[in-house]
Formats: sequence, structure tokens, C-alpha cells
Amino acid sequence: MPIIDLANPTRFLSIVNRVLPWLAAATVLVFAFGLARIMNAPDDYQQGATVKIMYLHVPAAWLSMMCWGVMTVAALGTLVWRHPLSDVAGKAAAPIGAAFTFICLITGSLWGRPTWGTYWVWDARLTSMLVLFLLYLGVLALYWTAEDPGRGSRAAAILALVGAINIPIIKFSVEYWNTLHQPASLFRRGGSAIDPSILIPLLVMAGGFTLLFFTLHFAAMRNEILRRRVRSMRLIQAQELAEART
Amino acid sequence: MNLGPHADFIIASYAVTVFVIGSLIAWIVLDYSAQRRILGNLEDQGVTRRSRRTGKDER
Repeated sequence: MPIIDLANPTRFLSIVNRVLPWLAAATVLVFAFGLARIMNAPDDYQQGATVKIMYLHVPAAWLSMMCWGVMTVAALGTLVWRHPLSDVAGKAAAPIGAAFTFICLITGSLWGRPTWGTYWVWDARLTSMLVLFLLYLGVLALYWTAEDPGRGSRAAAILALVGAINIPIIKFSVEYWNTLHQPASLFRRGGSAIDPSILIPLLVMAGGFTLLFFTLHFAAMRNEILRRRVRSMRLIQAQELAEART
Repeated sequence: MNLGPHADFIIASYAVTVFVIGSLIAWIVLDYSAQRRILGNLEDQGVTRRSRRTGKDER
């Protein structure tokens, strides 16, 4: 079977209906395991128990950027190949990415107050993350308010491609500019700087967040396909009513 | 489990995360049941998609 056939909305729905319960169950199990590991994880020698915020903040930050990556690939599919499922994937990912970015910003703020002494500072990492959140809101506004869904989708896809420039800016902001935010301590030359007793719960939670993203994304894509079917059926109904009157 | 002097910040972080993710899940679940209900109503009224009429999958 050619891979493009898997991108058929009807076939996608049948696959999602089969996969979704397993994905949701795996998400719950990984989160339960991760939370159990967090409860038994030691406090940081400098930050104390506030390090427990990291298990939410860091995976949310990773997912907020990964989600924009998914939207960028989907935007290429929408603009280059004009495949409807690409547009569905981009539209479904946007609110999920916005939610993860919001979680990242709020938990970062709540972590910053006891460790830095401030909720917010206008440095490169925090500001570029706020820009990402605003970009998500911009994409959502284009999807949700455009009168012509096709035009709204193309505009949102262009914004997703342009906004992709912000992802490497976020990633390297802690290396190129002065910031209160710590530099990368996991993906860096010389390996992770985090002790395994804290690293393992973090990686488990990152796995849980990733599974949660795919569960929510597939479910939201299913909703979007159904919404488009409703729209096309309503248009057919209106057309049939207009023909019956004339 | 002792959360130390900054317990409020830790609890608030987990509460916000649970609230945001819970709201997202609730929205997706409610949206799914709403779309299924509307589709069911349209099918009951005899409206069918063009792809169903031609026997082809919708692309």
C-alpha cells in the first residue's frame, strides 16, 4: 500500500479509532510511573524541592517546540502538496502546542520566583518563549476566525513556516545571550549534567508528555475530520434546499 | 513528602498543569461527542456526503 494512502482521512479515522485507546492507556501508565518516580526523587542540593517543578516545565517546553515542528511539516504539506490531512494535522496541533507553551511559561514563572527571586525577566529565553506563545495564538486566530477556511489554513501555514525561525532562537538563546535561564544541561557536549536520580523521572515524564501530545493530537485530528464532514454535509443540504425551491 | 518552604510554588505548578491539560482533554472529548451528534442528525435527515454517493473515500 503506498504511504500516501495512509493519509486518506477515512483510513486515518479507522486507524485512529483502533490506536487511540492504547495510546491513552500508555499515556496514563507512563504518567503514573513518572509521578511515582518524582515522589521518590531526591531534592536538588541547591534548589531544594522546587526541582519538582522541572518535571513539568522541561517536558512542556520540549513539547511546545516539537508541536511547532509538527505544524511546520504540516504547513509544508498544506502549501506544497495541498493535502487535506496536512491541514487537519496543523490545525489540530495548534491549541495543544499553545497549551504546552502556556504550561511552560507559568511553571517557569513559578519556578523562577523562589530560585531567581523574580517571576519574569525580559531576557532572550523567556521572551522567545513568550513570542512562541503569541505565534500559537496568531495561528489559532487565523484558523478560527477566517471566513474562508481554505484561505485561513494557507495563512496559518505561512505563519507556521515563518514562526519556525523562532525554534532555533529559543534553543540557542541561553548560549548566545545573557540570561538568568540556565544553559542546556541534558543535550550538550560531554553528556547530561543531571544526576540519574533526577534525570530518569524527567525522561519518564518527557515520555508521558510526548504520548499525551500524540493522544491529544490524533483525537483532535479525528474531531477536525468530523467537523469538515459536517461542514460539507451542511453545504450539500443547503444546496439541495436551494435547488428544491427553484 | 516534604516540599519545603516553597511548597506553594510547587503545588501551584502542578495545579495549573492539571487544570490546563484537563481542560484540553475535556474540550477534545466534548467536541468529539458534539461532532458525532451533529453528523448523526444530518444523516437522519437523509444528507449524505458526495464521496458516499460515488462510493469513494473522501480525500
